[in-house]
Amino acid sequence: MIELSHVTKEYGKRKSLDDVTFTFEKGKVYGILGPNGSGKTADRKIASSLAFLSSEGMLYPSFKIDQMIDYFHSQYSDFSLEKAEELLTFMELDRHQKVSQLSKGQQGRLKLLLVLSRQTDVLLLDEPFIGLDPMVRMVRDTIVKGLVSFIDFGKQTVIITTHEITEIEPVLEEAIILEKGTITAHCNVEELREEQGISMLEWLKNNFKKEELA
Amino acid sequence: MSAEFKTSKPIYSQIAERIIQQFVRGDLAPGEKLPSVREMAIQAGVNPNTIQRTYGELERLGVVETKRGQGTFMTEENDMKRKLRMDIQREMIAAFIENMRSIGFEDREIHESVNQFLNGGENGHD
Repeated sequence: MIELSHVTKEYGKRKSLDDVTFTFEKGKVYGILGPNGSGKTADRKIASSLAFLSSEGMLYPSFKIDQMIDYFHSQYSDFSLEKAEELLTFMELDRHQKVSQLSKGQQGRLKLLLVLSRQTDVLLLDEPFIGLDPMVRMVRDTIVKGLVSFIDFGKQTVIITTHEITEIEPVLEEAIILEKGTITAHCNVEELREEQGISMLEWLKNNFKKEELA
Repeated sequence: MSAEFKTSKPIYSQIAERIIQQFVRGDLAPGEKLPSVREMAIQAGVNPNTIQRTYGELERLGVVETKRGQGTFMTEENDMKRKLRMDIQREMIAAFIENMRSIGFEDREIHESVNQFLNGGENGHD
């Protein structure tokens, strides 16, 4: 369980979290959502608000993939080389390739590999679909299957930030809208369908309409 | 099993419906072992808790049986397949009739057109 109690985070002048109180329950999968496309605008990536929860490292362009893996292994005692090996195959990455030679999509998959290889209580996955060609459904399926395969459900609390709602919806249990540093809405994804007959995307639209008109 | 889901129904019940349909069609045999929760979750691209609910619901309906330490199996009860088949039929007919009535067709007209369609009449096959 992670409890945020009146947490405020400021980056420069902007508050990315403004007096937020929220409890992430152990073993659940949360989605922190923003409207589609807003990631490309001036809006900073949502995850930076929560970056203090994770220790997602950055990629070093001059490293090869296997050097990145070794580096993470040396930095994090919970990093599983075994999981990393499985993920290498799964994500179809070539261990001898240099980070600087990777496409955006490959870099995204490498980041995901590095995060998913850690056996931490909390996983923060920042925009797992970023850099992917919107037309390539297959790759998205691979990412979703990768998440389902490598997350330790029930043990790991997973927080996924994304602007791509439809892809991630079947994996999530709870969804949160974080806007201007405040949690403006929160729902259980299956209850939404069961009780209101709407998908998360529709729920998100409903909740954003108000905000945009304001 | 691809990850396309309708928005109006919980995902767990949509997967349950798919399994029932596969069973009725004969793609799943009585007594056949279903994939583990985790395996099924990966195949469907959904949260394993969703599959847990799917299997729970199917067990409640008597469609599957969970054997401790062995997994989840399609029921071997003789009457179940016939019963499910009838259930699906009734549901589909109810939905169809409701649709037709809402557009304004009389029962007599529905009856006639269905007969005609089945007999390969003018409203039937191209």
